[in-house]
Amino acid sequence: MINPFAPIGRATIGFCAEIGRFSAFTGRAAAAIVSPPIFIGQFLRQCLAIGYFSLPVIGITAVFIGAALALNIYVGGARFNAEQFVPNIVVLGITRELGPVLAGLMLAGRVSAGIAAEIGTMRVTEQIDAMTTLSTDPFRFLIAPRVLAATLTLPILVLAADVIGVMGGYLVAVNSLGFNGATYLRNTFEFVEAQDVILGLVKAGVFGFIIASMGAYQGYHSSGGALGVGRATTNAVVGSIVLILAVNYLITAFFVN
Amino acid sequence: MAEKLQLVGIKKMLRGRQVLDGVDIDVRERRSLVIIGGSGQGKSVTLKCALGLMKPNAGQVLVDGADVTRMPEEIRARVMRKFGMLFQGAALFDSLTVWENIAFRLIYADNVARPEARERAIETMRKVRLSPDFADVRPIELSGGMQKRAGLARAIIAKPDILFFDEPTTGLDPITADAINDLIVEMTKELGCAAVSITHDMASARKIADEIAMLHGGKIVWRGPTASLDSSGNAMVEQFVAGRADGPIQAVV
Repeated sequence: MINPFAPIGRATIGFCAEIGRFSAFTGRAAAAIVSPPIFIGQFLRQCLAIGYFSLPVIGITAVFIGAALALNIYVGGARFNAEQFVPNIVVLGITRELGPVLAGLMLAGRVSAGIAAEIGTMRVTEQIDAMTTLSTDPFRFLIAPRVLAATLTLPILVLAADVIGVMGGYLVAVNSLGFNGATYLRNTFEFVEAQDVILGLVKAGVFGFIIASMGAYQGYHSSGGALGVGRATTNAVVGSIVLILAVNYLITAFFVN
Repeated sequence: MAEKLQLVGIKKMLRGRQVLDGVDIDVRERRSLVIIGGSGQGKSVTLKCALGLMKPNAGQVLVDGADVTRMPEEIRARVMRKFGMLFQGAALFDSLTVWENIAFRLIYADNVARPEARERAIETMRKVRLSPDFADVRPIELSGGMQKRAGLARAIIAKPDILFFDEPTTGLDPITADAINDLIVEMTKELGCAAVSITHDMASARKIADEIAMLHGGKIVWRGPTASLDSSGNAMVEQFVAGRADGPIQAVV
Protein backbone atom coordinates (compact mmCIF):
# COMPACT_ATOMS: atom_id res chain seq x y z
CA MET A 1 0.00 0.00 0.00
CA ILE A 2 1.28 3.48 -0.85
CA ASN A 3 1.79 5.67 2.19
CA PRO A 4 0.27 9.08 1.34
CA PHE A 5 2.62 10.80 3.80
CA ALA A 6 5.77 9.38 2.22
CA PRO A 7 6.11 12.06 -0.49
CA ILE A 8 5.63 14.80 2.13
CA GLY A 9 8.26 13.18 4.35
CA ARG A 10 10.65 12.78 1.44
CA ALA A 11 10.19 16.41 0.42
CA THR A 12 10.71 17.58 4.01
CA ILE A 13 13.88 15.53 4.42
CA GLY A 14 15.10 16.74 1.03
CA PHE A 15 14.39 20.35 2.00
CA CYS A 16 16.24 19.99 5.31
CA ALA A 17 19.17 18.30 3.57
CA GLU A 18 19.32 21.14 1.05
CA ILE A 19 19.39 23.71 3.85
CA GLY A 20 22.20 21.75 5.48
CA ARG A 21 24.19 21.57 2.26
CA PHE A 22 23.67 25.27 1.56
CA SER A 23 24.73 26.16 5.12
CA ALA A 24 27.89 24.06 4.80
CA PHE A 25 28.59 25.69 1.42
CA THR A 26 28.21 29.23 2.76
CA GLY A 27 30.40 28.32 5.76
CA ARG A 28 33.12 27.12 3.39
CA ALA A 29 32.71 30.25 1.27
CA ALA A 30 32.99 32.47 4.36
CA ALA A 31 36.11 30.58 5.47
CA ALA A 32 37.62 31.06 2.00
CA ILE A 33 36.99 34.82 2.22
CA VAL A 34 39.04 35.24 5.39
CA SER A 35 41.87 32.79 4.74
CA PRO A 36 44.71 33.20 2.24
CA PRO A 37 45.36 33.08 -0.64
CA ILE A 38 43.02 35.95 -1.45
CA PHE A 39 42.70 36.77 -5.12
CA ILE A 40 42.47 40.56 -5.06
CA GLY A 41 42.29 40.86 -8.85
CA GLN A 42 39.31 38.53 -8.99
CA PHE A 43 37.63 40.43 -6.15
CA LEU A 44 38.04 43.80 -7.89
CA ARG A 45 36.78 42.33 -11.17
CA GLN A 46 33.68 41.06 -9.37
CA CYS A 47 33.15 44.42 -7.64
CA LEU A 48 33.01 45.93 -11.10
CA ALA A 49 30.72 43.26 -12.53
CA ILE A 50 28.37 42.98 -9.56
CA GLY A 51 28.49 46.50 -8.17
CA TYR A 52 29.30 49.03 -10.85
CA PHE A 53 27.44 47.37 -13.71
CA SER A 54 24.34 46.93 -11.54
CA LEU A 55 24.11 50.65 -10.88
CA PRO A 56 21.88 51.48 -13.89
CA VAL A 57 19.30 48.83 -13.07
CA ILE A 58 19.27 49.77 -9.39
CA GLY A 59 19.03 53.48 -10.21
CA ILE A 60 16.14 53.04 -12.64
CA THR A 61 14.28 50.81 -10.16
CA ALA A 62 14.82 53.26 -7.31
CA VAL A 63 13.69 56.37 -9.17
CA PHE A 64 10.42 54.78 -10.28
CA ILE A 65 9.74 53.25 -6.87
CA GLY A 66 10.37 56.60 -5.16
CA ALA A 67 8.09 58.36 -7.62
CA ALA A 68 5.29 55.79 -7.31
CA LEU A 69 5.63 55.77 -3.54
CA ALA A 70 5.21 59.54 -3.39
CA LEU A 71 2.05 59.37 -5.50
CA ASN A 72 0.55 56.56 -3.42
CA ILE A 73 1.33 58.22 -0.10
CA TYR A 74 -0.11 61.47 -1.36
CA VAL A 75 -3.36 59.77 -2.38
CA GLY A 76 -3.53 57.68 0.80
CA GLY A 77 -2.53 60.58 3.03
CA ALA A 78 -5.22 62.80 1.50
CA ARG A 79 -7.86 60.54 3.03
CA PHE A 80 -6.99 61.88 6.48
CA ASN A 81 -5.39 65.21 5.52
CA ALA A 82 -1.85 63.95 5.92
CA GLU A 83 -0.46 64.78 2.46
CA GLN A 84 2.37 66.71 4.07
CA PHE A 85 3.93 63.44 5.27
CA VAL A 86 4.90 62.37 1.76
CA PRO A 87 8.64 63.21 2.18
CA ASN A 88 8.78 61.52 5.59
CA ILE A 89 7.16 58.29 4.49
CA VAL A 90 9.03 58.16 1.17
CA VAL A 91 12.41 58.41 2.88
CA LEU A 92 11.41 55.93 5.58
CA GLY A 93 10.02 53.43 3.07
CA ILE A 94 12.98 53.73 0.75
CA THR A 95 15.77 53.55 3.32
CA ARG A 96 14.34 50.89 5.63
CA GLU A 97 12.51 48.62 3.23
CA LEU A 98 12.13 49.28 -0.46
CA GLY A 99 15.70 50.30 -1.22
CA PRO A 100 17.38 47.15 0.09
CA VAL A 101 14.60 44.73 -0.81
CA LEU A 102 14.11 45.91 -4.37
CA ALA A 103 17.84 46.19 -4.94
CA GLY A 104 18.14 42.65 -3.58
CA LEU A 105 15.39 41.35 -5.84
CA MET A 106 16.82 43.05 -8.92
CA LEU A 107 20.25 41.66 -8.17
CA ALA A 108 18.78 38.21 -7.54
CA GLY A 109 17.74 38.33 -11.17
CA ARG A 110 20.86 39.91 -12.54
CA VAL A 111 23.71 38.70 -10.34
CA SER A 112 22.56 35.43 -8.79
CA ALA A 113 21.42 34.10 -12.16
CA GLY A 114 24.67 35.25 -13.77
CA ILE A 115 26.84 33.60 -11.15
CA ALA A 116 24.83 30.35 -11.32
CA ALA A 117 25.06 30.25 -15.11
CA GLU A 118 28.78 31.03 -15.18
CA ILE A 119 29.84 28.64 -12.45
CA GLY A 120 27.34 26.01 -13.65
CA THR A 121 28.82 26.12 -17.15
CA MET A 122 32.30 25.84 -15.66
CA ARG A 123 31.12 22.81 -13.69
CA VAL A 124 29.58 20.92 -16.61
CA THR A 125 32.54 21.67 -18.90
CA GLU A 126 34.99 20.41 -16.25
CA GLN A 127 36.62 23.83 -15.82
CA ILE A 128 36.15 23.62 -12.05
CA ASP A 129 37.80 20.18 -11.98
CA ALA A 130 40.59 21.61 -14.14
CA MET A 131 41.08 24.44 -11.66
CA THR A 132 41.43 21.93 -8.83
CA THR A 133 44.05 19.97 -10.78
CA LEU A 134 45.91 23.26 -11.27
CA SER A 135 46.35 23.50 -7.49
CA THR A 136 43.85 26.34 -7.17
CA ASP A 137 40.89 26.04 -4.82
CA PRO A 138 37.71 27.02 -6.73
CA PHE A 139 36.20 28.26 -3.48
CA ARG A 140 38.98 30.80 -3.12
CA PHE A 141 39.30 31.71 -6.78
CA LEU A 142 35.68 31.67 -7.94
CA ILE A 143 33.31 31.77 -5.01
CA ALA A 144 34.94 33.86 -2.28
CA PRO A 145 35.58 36.91 -4.55
CA ARG A 146 31.97 36.87 -5.79
CA VAL A 147 30.45 36.50 -2.33
CA LEU A 148 32.68 39.19 -0.84
CA ALA A 149 32.11 41.56 -3.74
CA ALA A 150 28.32 41.17 -3.53
CA THR A 151 28.34 41.56 0.26
CA LEU A 152 30.36 44.77 0.10
CA THR A 153 28.94 46.39 -3.03
CA LEU A 154 25.23 45.86 -2.38
CA PRO A 155 25.23 48.30 0.59
CA ILE A 156 26.89 50.91 -1.67
CA LEU A 157 24.29 50.25 -4.34
CA VAL A 158 21.52 50.57 -1.76
CA LEU A 159 22.97 53.84 -0.56
CA ALA A 160 22.79 55.07 -4.13
CA ALA A 161 19.26 53.63 -4.44
CA ASP A 162 18.23 55.50 -1.29
CA VAL A 163 19.38 58.81 -2.72
CA ILE A 164 17.91 58.15 -6.17
CA GLY A 165 14.63 56.84 -4.69
CA VAL A 166 14.21 59.90 -2.51
CA MET A 167 14.94 62.07 -5.52
CA GLY A 168 12.29 60.16 -7.50
CA GLY A 169 9.78 61.03 -4.80
CA TYR A 170 11.06 64.61 -4.76
CA LEU A 171 10.62 65.03 -8.51
CA VAL A 172 7.03 63.81 -8.45
CA ALA A 173 6.19 65.74 -5.28
CA VAL A 174 7.60 69.01 -6.59
CA ASN A 175 6.54 68.74 -10.22
CA SER A 176 3.15 67.01 -9.92
CA LEU A 177 1.91 67.36 -6.39
CA GLY A 178 2.77 70.98 -5.74
CA PHE A 179 5.30 70.53 -2.94
CA ASN A 180 7.92 73.15 -2.28
CA GLY A 181 11.32 71.67 -3.14
CA ALA A 182 13.26 73.13 -0.23
CA THR A 183 10.57 72.17 2.28
CA TYR A 184 10.42 68.64 0.87
CA LEU A 185 14.17 68.17 1.26
CA ARG A 186 14.21 69.76 4.74
CA ASN A 187 11.43 67.45 5.89
CA THR A 188 13.25 64.47 4.44
CA PHE A 189 16.57 65.20 6.13
CA GLU A 190 15.00 66.19 9.44
CA PHE A 191 12.89 63.06 9.58
CA VAL A 192 15.35 60.37 8.50
CA GLU A 193 17.55 58.93 11.24
CA ALA A 194 20.89 57.22 10.97
CA GLN A 195 19.40 53.94 12.16
CA ASP A 196 16.94 53.92 9.22
CA VAL A 197 19.83 54.06 6.77
CA ILE A 198 21.92 51.62 8.80
CA LEU A 199 19.08 49.09 8.88
CA GLY A 200 18.87 49.26 5.08
CA LEU A 201 22.61 48.85 4.70
CA VAL A 202 22.73 45.86 7.07
CA LYS A 203 19.95 44.25 5.06
CA ALA A 204 21.81 45.01 1.85
CA GLY A 205 25.00 43.34 3.09
CA VAL A 206 23.10 40.22 4.10
CA PHE A 207 21.18 40.17 0.81
CA GLY A 208 24.42 40.52 -1.13
CA PHE A 209 25.82 37.51 0.70
CA ILE A 210 22.64 35.51 0.00
CA ILE A 211 22.52 36.45 -3.69
CA ALA A 212 26.11 35.49 -4.46
CA SER A 213 26.12 32.40 -2.23
CA MET A 214 22.90 31.05 -3.72
CA GLY A 215 24.11 31.64 -7.27
CA ALA A 216 27.46 30.02 -6.56
CA TYR A 217 25.87 27.10 -4.68
CA GLN A 218 23.43 26.28 -7.45
CA GLY A 219 26.08 26.65 -10.14
CA TYR A 220 28.69 24.65 -8.25
CA HIS A 221 26.30 21.71 -7.85
CA SER A 222 24.80 21.80 -11.31
CA SER A 223 25.03 18.74 -13.53
CA GLY A 224 23.50 17.41 -16.70
CA GLY A 225 24.64 19.89 -19.35
CA ALA A 226 22.61 22.85 -20.55
CA LEU A 227 19.46 21.57 -18.83
CA GLY A 228 21.29 21.39 -15.49
CA VAL A 229 22.72 24.88 -15.89
CA GLY A 230 19.25 26.22 -16.75
CA ARG A 231 17.80 24.53 -13.68
CA ALA A 232 20.61 25.92 -11.50
CA THR A 233 19.95 29.43 -12.79
CA THR A 234 16.22 29.21 -12.07
CA ASN A 235 16.84 27.75 -8.62
CA ALA A 236 19.36 30.49 -7.85
CA VAL A 237 16.88 33.26 -8.64
CA VAL A 238 13.94 31.64 -6.86
CA GLY A 239 16.06 30.61 -3.85
CA SER A 240 17.59 34.09 -3.55
CA ILE A 241 14.22 35.83 -3.72
CA VAL A 242 12.61 33.57 -1.12
CA LEU A 243 15.60 33.89 1.22
CA ILE A 244 15.78 37.67 0.78
CA LEU A 245 12.13 38.11 1.68
CA ALA A 246 12.34 35.77 4.67
CA VAL A 247 15.58 37.26 5.99
CA ASN A 248 14.24 40.76 5.40
CA TYR A 249 11.40 40.05 7.80
CA LEU A 250 13.77 38.55 10.40
CA ILE A 251 16.17 41.50 10.28
CA THR A 252 13.31 44.00 10.45
CA ALA A 253 11.73 42.17 13.39
CA PHE A 254 15.11 42.03 15.15
CA PHE A 255 15.72 45.78 14.72
CA VAL A 256 12.16 46.76 15.60
CA ASN A 257 12.22 44.70 18.76
CA MET B 1 61.80 1.97 -10.93
CA ALA B 2 59.43 3.02 -8.19
CA GLU B 3 55.65 3.08 -8.47
CA LYS B 4 54.58 6.68 -8.97
CA LEU B 5 50.88 6.00 -8.63
CA GLN B 6 48.95 3.07 -7.23
CA LEU B 7 45.22 2.58 -6.92
CA VAL B 8 44.52 -0.23 -4.49
CA GLY B 9 41.06 -1.76 -4.16
CA ILE B 10 39.25 1.41 -5.19
CA LYS B 11 35.49 1.18 -4.78
CA LYS B 12 33.05 3.90 -5.71
CA MET B 13 29.28 3.91 -5.64
CA LEU B 14 27.35 6.58 -7.51
CA ARG B 15 23.56 6.98 -7.32
CA GLY B 16 23.20 3.49 -5.89
CA ARG B 17 25.34 1.85 -8.60
CA GLN B 18 28.70 0.23 -7.83
CA VAL B 19 30.75 1.94 -10.54
CA LEU B 20 34.16 0.80 -9.29
CA ASP B 21 34.36 -2.50 -7.47
CA GLY B 22 37.97 -2.87 -6.36
CA VAL B 23 40.12 -1.30 -9.05
CA ASP B 24 43.85 -2.00 -8.76
CA ILE B 25 46.24 -0.20 -11.06
CA ASP B 26 49.76 1.11 -10.77
CA VAL B 27 52.14 2.98 -12.99
CA ARG B 28 55.87 3.50 -12.70
CA GLU B 29 57.86 6.56 -13.65
CA ARG B 30 58.57 6.93 -17.35
CA ARG B 31 55.81 4.43 -18.11
CA SER B 32 52.52 5.06 -19.83
CA LEU B 33 49.41 3.12 -18.86
CA VAL B 34 46.26 3.33 -20.91
CA ILE B 35 42.94 2.20 -19.47
CA ILE B 36 40.47 1.08 -22.09
CA GLY B 37 36.86 0.08 -21.64
CA GLY B 38 33.35 0.71 -22.85
CA SER B 39 31.22 3.71 -22.04
CA GLY B 40 29.91 3.78 -18.47
CA GLN B 41 32.44 1.26 -17.18
CA GLY B 42 34.04 3.70 -14.75
CA LYS B 43 37.11 4.96 -16.63
CA SER B 44 36.46 8.61 -15.86
CA VAL B 45 35.53 7.82 -12.25
CA THR B 46 38.83 5.94 -11.87
CA LEU B 47 40.70 8.97 -13.14
CA LYS B 48 38.72 11.33 -10.87
CA CYS B 49 39.48 9.14 -7.84
CA ALA B 50 43.18 9.14 -8.75
CA LEU B 51 43.16 12.92 -9.14
CA GLY B 52 41.34 13.51 -5.87
CA LEU B 53 38.31 15.01 -7.62
CA MET B 54 36.20 12.20 -6.17
CA LYS B 55 36.63 10.46 -2.86
CA PRO B 56 36.49 6.68 -3.17
CA ASN B 57 34.21 4.75 -0.79
CA ALA B 58 37.03 2.30 -0.14
CA GLY B 59 40.62 1.71 -1.19
CA GLN B 60 43.82 3.70 -1.36
CA VAL B 61 45.37 6.13 -3.81
CA LEU B 62 49.13 6.03 -3.28
CA VAL B 63 51.36 8.71 -4.77
CA ASP B 64 55.04 7.83 -4.31
CA GLY B 65 53.84 5.37 -1.68
CA ALA B 66 51.84 7.88 0.38
CA ASP B 67 48.09 7.42 0.68
CA VAL B 68 46.50 10.70 -0.40
CA THR B 69 42.99 9.64 0.64
CA ARG B 70 43.98 9.83 4.30
CA MET B 71 46.09 12.98 4.20
CA PRO B 72 45.12 16.32 5.72
CA GLU B 73 43.85 18.68 3.02
CA GLU B 74 46.90 20.96 2.90
CA ILE B 75 49.37 18.06 2.55
CA ARG B 76 47.18 16.40 -0.05
CA ALA B 77 47.08 19.67 -2.01
CA ARG B 78 50.88 19.68 -2.01
CA VAL B 79 51.01 16.10 -3.34
CA MET B 80 48.47 16.98 -6.02
CA ARG B 81 50.96 19.50 -7.41
CA LYS B 82 52.72 16.49 -8.91
CA PHE B 83 49.77 15.99 -11.25
CA GLY B 84 48.98 17.38 -14.67
CA MET B 85 45.75 16.66 -16.50
CA LEU B 86 44.46 17.00 -20.04
CA PHE B 87 40.66 16.97 -19.97
CA GLN B 88 38.46 15.47 -22.66
CA GLY B 89 37.10 18.83 -23.81
CA ALA B 90 40.37 20.59 -22.84
CA ALA B 91 38.38 22.47 -20.12
CA LEU B 92 40.06 25.78 -20.89
CA PHE B 93 38.79 28.79 -18.96
CA ASP B 94 36.59 30.85 -21.29
CA SER B 95 37.25 34.13 -19.52
CA LEU B 96 41.04 33.97 -19.86
CA THR B 97 43.31 34.22 -22.89
CA VAL B 98 45.18 31.17 -24.14
CA TRP B 99 48.45 32.16 -22.48
CA GLU B 100 46.69 32.90 -19.18
CA ASN B 101 45.08 29.47 -19.35
CA ILE B 102 48.42 27.81 -19.92
CA ALA B 103 50.10 29.82 -17.19
CA PHE B 104 47.16 29.58 -14.77
CA ARG B 105 48.96 27.40 -12.28
CA LEU B 106 52.13 29.48 -12.41
CA ILE B 107 50.24 32.73 -11.80
CA TYR B 108 47.65 31.66 -9.25
CA ALA B 109 49.19 28.70 -7.43
CA ASP B 110 52.94 29.28 -7.74
CA ASN B 111 52.86 33.11 -7.60
CA VAL B 112 55.10 33.52 -10.63
CA ALA B 113 55.14 37.11 -11.92
CA ARG B 114 52.92 37.59 -14.97
CA PRO B 115 55.70 38.59 -17.43
CA GLU B 116 57.71 35.49 -16.55
CA ALA B 117 54.58 33.32 -16.60
CA ARG B 118 53.72 34.63 -20.07
CA GLU B 119 57.21 33.89 -21.30
CA ARG B 120 57.02 30.33 -20.00
CA ALA B 121 53.52 29.89 -21.44
CA ILE B 122 54.72 30.94 -24.90
CA GLU B 123 57.73 28.66 -24.63
CA THR B 124 55.37 25.78 -23.75
CA MET B 125 53.07 26.72 -26.64
CA ARG B 126 56.02 26.27 -28.97
CA LYS B 127 56.74 22.87 -27.42
CA VAL B 128 53.23 21.63 -28.20
CA ARG B 129 53.46 23.28 -31.64
CA LEU B 130 50.79 25.87 -30.97
CA SER B 131 51.72 29.16 -32.58
CA PRO B 132 52.42 32.00 -30.09
CA ASP B 133 50.23 34.13 -32.36
CA PHE B 134 47.30 32.58 -30.48
CA ALA B 135 48.61 33.57 -27.05
CA ASP B 136 46.26 36.52 -26.65
CA VAL B 137 43.08 35.06 -28.09
CA ARG B 138 40.26 33.41 -26.12
CA PRO B 139 40.02 29.60 -26.21
CA ILE B 140 36.69 29.76 -28.08
CA GLU B 141 38.60 31.06 -31.11
CA LEU B 142 40.76 27.92 -31.29
CA SER B 143 39.95 24.74 -33.22
CA GLY B 144 39.43 21.47 -31.31
CA GLY B 145 43.00 20.32 -32.01
CA MET B 146 44.44 23.66 -30.92
CA GLN B 147 42.39 23.55 -27.73
CA LYS B 148 43.87 20.12 -26.99
CA ARG B 149 47.35 21.49 -27.57
CA ALA B 150 46.62 24.40 -25.23
CA GLY B 151 45.23 21.96 -22.66
CA LEU B 152 48.36 19.82 -23.00
CA ALA B 153 50.57 22.90 -22.61
CA ARG B 154 48.66 23.82 -19.45
CA ALA B 155 49.10 20.28 -18.11
CA ILE B 156 52.85 20.16 -18.67
CA ILE B 157 53.95 23.72 -17.91
CA ALA B 158 54.67 22.98 -14.24
CA LYS B 159 56.59 19.80 -15.15
CA PRO B 160 54.37 17.28 -13.36
CA ASP B 161 55.48 13.84 -12.19
CA ILE B 162 52.27 12.18 -13.30
CA LEU B 163 50.23 13.14 -16.34
CA PHE B 164 46.60 12.14 -16.85
CA PHE B 165 44.81 12.14 -20.18
CA ASP B 166 41.04 11.82 -20.44
CA GLU B 167 40.06 10.72 -23.94
CA PRO B 168 42.80 12.87 -25.51
CA THR B 169 41.73 12.28 -29.13
CA THR B 170 37.94 12.35 -28.81
CA GLY B 171 36.31 14.64 -31.34
CA LEU B 172 39.44 15.12 -33.43
CA ASP B 173 39.99 14.10 -37.04
CA PRO B 174 42.42 11.16 -37.49
CA ILE B 175 45.36 13.31 -38.56
CA THR B 176 44.99 15.78 -35.69
CA ALA B 177 44.40 12.87 -33.31
CA ASP B 178 47.65 11.27 -34.45
CA ALA B 179 49.49 14.56 -33.98
CA ILE B 180 48.12 14.80 -30.42
CA ASN B 181 49.19 11.20 -29.77
CA ASP B 182 52.71 12.01 -30.99
CA LEU B 183 52.79 15.05 -28.71
CA ILE B 184 51.67 13.01 -25.71
CA VAL B 185 54.43 10.45 -26.31
CA GLU B 186 57.01 13.19 -26.88
CA MET B 187 56.02 15.24 -23.83
CA THR B 188 55.83 12.31 -21.41
CA LYS B 189 59.26 11.14 -22.59
CA GLU B 190 60.73 14.63 -22.36
CA LEU B 191 59.35 15.17 -18.84
CA GLY B 192 60.21 11.63 -17.76
CA CYS B 193 56.89 11.39 -15.98
CA ALA B 194 54.37 8.60 -15.53
CA ALA B 195 51.24 8.79 -17.65
CA VAL B 196 47.76 7.42 -17.16
CA SER B 197 45.27 7.77 -19.98
CA ILE B 198 41.74 6.61 -20.55
CA THR B 199 40.41 6.13 -24.03
CA HIS B 200 38.34 3.91 -26.25
CA ASP B 201 40.31 4.98 -29.30
CA MET B 202 42.41 1.88 -29.96
CA ALA B 203 44.76 3.66 -32.39
CA SER B 204 45.52 6.18 -29.68
CA ALA B 205 45.94 3.46 -27.04
CA ARG B 206 48.41 1.53 -29.19
CA LYS B 207 50.43 4.65 -29.87
CA ILE B 208 50.75 6.14 -26.41
CA ALA B 209 50.71 3.09 -24.15
CA ASP B 210 53.51 0.98 -22.76
CA GLU B 211 50.84 -1.06 -21.03
CA ILE B 212 47.11 -1.38 -21.48
CA ALA B 213 44.52 -2.30 -18.86
CA MET B 214 40.90 -3.05 -19.57
CA LEU B 215 38.22 -1.90 -17.15
CA HIS B 216 34.89 -3.69 -17.21
CA GLY B 217 32.17 -4.00 -14.60
CA GLY B 218 34.12 -1.82 -12.18
CA LYS B 219 37.21 -4.10 -12.23
CA ILE B 220 40.41 -4.40 -14.19
CA VAL B 221 39.76 -7.57 -16.21
CA TRP B 222 43.05 -7.64 -18.15
CA ARG B 223 46.37 -5.89 -18.15
CA GLY B 224 49.40 -6.40 -20.33
CA PRO B 225 52.01 -4.80 -22.57
CA THR B 226 50.69 -3.04 -25.66
CA ALA B 227 52.41 -5.59 -27.88
CA SER B 228 50.32 -8.39 -26.35
CA LEU B 229 46.98 -6.66 -26.91
CA ASP B 230 46.15 -8.75 -29.99
CA SER B 231 47.05 -12.00 -28.23
CA SER B 232 45.52 -11.22 -24.84
CA GLY B 233 43.52 -14.46 -24.61
CA ASN B 234 40.76 -12.46 -22.94
CA ALA B 235 37.42 -12.62 -24.73
CA MET B 236 36.38 -9.15 -23.56
CA VAL B 237 39.61 -7.54 -24.74
CA GLU B 238 39.37 -9.34 -28.07
CA GLN B 239 35.80 -8.16 -28.56
CA PHE B 240 36.66 -4.59 -27.58
CA VAL B 241 39.75 -4.43 -29.82
CA ALA B 242 37.86 -5.91 -32.74
CA GLY B 243 34.91 -3.59 -32.08
CA ARG B 244 32.36 -6.41 -32.35
CA ALA B 245 28.82 -6.06 -31.01
CA ASP B 246 28.58 -9.80 -30.25
CA GLY B 247 30.58 -11.22 -27.39
CA PRO B 248 30.69 -11.18 -23.59
CA ILE B 249 30.32 -7.38 -23.45
CA GLN B 250 26.77 -6.24 -24.08
CA ALA B 251 26.56 -3.07 -26.11
CA VAL B 252 24.72 -0.27 -24.32
CA VAL B 253 22.39 1.40 -26.83
